[in-house]
Amino acid sequence: MRFFMKLILAATVAFGAAPAQAQDKSIIVASTTSTQDSGLFNYLLPLFKAKTGIDVKVIAQGTGQALDTGRRGDADVVFVHAKSAEEKFMAEGFGVKRFDVMYNDFVLVGPVADPAGVKGGKDIVAALKIIDAKKAPFVSRGDKSGTHLAELALWKDAGLDPAANKESWYREIGQGMGAALNTAKAMGAYVLSDRGTWISFKGKDGLAIAVEGDAKLFNQYGVILVNPAKHPHVKADLGQAFVNYVISPEGQKDIAGYRIEGQQLFFPNAGK
Amino acid sequence: MHEGSGAWQLVVSGDPALYAIVRLSLAVSLSAVALAALVGLPLGGALALARFPGRGVLIVIINAFMGLPPVVVGLAVYLLLSRSGPLGDYGLLFTPTAMVIAQAILITPIIAALTRQTVEDLWLEYRDEMNAMGVTPFARLATLLYDARIALVTAMLAGFGRAAAEVGAVMIVGGNIDGFTRTMTTAIALETSKGDLPLAMGLGLVLLAIVLAVNASAWGLRVFAERRIG
Repeated sequence: MRFFMKLILAATVAFGAAPAQAQDKSIIVASTTSTQDSGLFNYLLPLFKAKTGIDVKVIAQGTGQALDTGRRGDADVVFVHAKSAEEKFMAEGFGVKRFDVMYNDFVLVGPVADPAGVKGGKDIVAALKIIDAKKAPFVSRGDKSGTHLAELALWKDAGLDPAANKESWYREIGQGMGAALNTAKAMGAYVLSDRGTWISFKGKDGLAIAVEGDAKLFNQYGVILVNPAKHPHVKADLGQAFVNYVISPEGQKDIAGYRIEGQQLFFPNAGK
Repeated sequence: MHEGSGAWQLVVSGDPALYAIVRLSLAVSLSAVALAALVGLPLGGALALARFPGRGVLIVIINAFMGLPPVVVGLAVYLLLSRSGPLGDYGLLFTPTAMVIAQAILITPIIAALTRQTVEDLWLEYRDEMNAMGVTPFARLATLLYDARIALVTAMLAGFGRAAAEVGAVMIVGGNIDGFTRTMTTAIALETSKGDLPLAMGLGLVLLAIVLAVNASAWGLRVFAERRIG
């Protein structure tokens, strides 16, 4: 086995791929599809690298999977958006400390034709009740992501549980935010999306925001350094440098500066 | 050609990020083919020649493993290489090396199964002569593999095609990290999820063109070799 590993390493070195043992200045951040699909990291990471020389390798997963990646010790930092799941992660001892970083909000996106007639409302719970009553198609992420957990909490607020009742109009796709938007478009369905992914989504035609602006749609992002006491190989110094940056006044200003078509996607709120 | 215009622009303008992705895809898949051939060719050849109890079962298993789901292989390799897994100390998860390992596992059965069939067919022609000459088993294997080499290129191309086309395994063990483990197929999946279907489709056509080019070079080599041998 050992011989084989050496052989494999030699083969990849020959092809110019960096061996894992090399002490490169890089960390792995397990994050969510919303931060990647919205383009935030493409904008933020070069700024961070210019300041510190640290390469950040981002694995974009749903929040649940990203936290699991941290639990297994396969990431140095997790950057996610589901506070209750993050607090559980902390309580299990897998994180050093959790920091608020930024927020945006969720929006209910639906077909332009608005078959359920919920467009323009501000009350997300009322809108979900109407969708349920009219059995309008609804696409759920179904992947334990932060957005999925937020959606489930909203259905709970509405006193409904379409997932458990296996409603035929409620479709769990088990995929990322972008895929859910693509699916909603193809099915003429409603879907809950974070605003960042929605703004940067390139296939919007046929879809429009139906409900926005409800306080219940608040979406908080947090950052956590994976605990080196649980996983000794965690690059604690470099990971901490990344955490410090995103919650620093400088990093917060950089996050606020990320705009698409003049719209700000994320609102920094570290230490507030 | 409106659908892929974004991608063609990247190709024509020599976009460095796109070329890096193409390079990585080729390096990973070709390394995987090399590794799989190292195991698959002798294994397939030995299976063709050797007679032992359970041989039939082994052949059926290897044939069936030609249909290994990439996502299952990816998951198995993930669990092996994860920091919490048995090989975690090597720190190979989310590296190109992990992708090579996963793809090599995926295509070794393809190369082994096709090699076995090819060598077995050839063995029927050579058997009497080799038995009469008292050739040792090892020399038999080497001779048959060498004489079947042109047909075996096809076996390796089948493996390459499978490796270059799969997304499930490299997505899980590579993590689709920008500039590090992003391949053509994971880039296509990403652009699809961003809603940029024209760019995704265009990248798909670029991938097809690359696979076509690799196969064309293999075919050219074969024609060249046949002419030289006569």
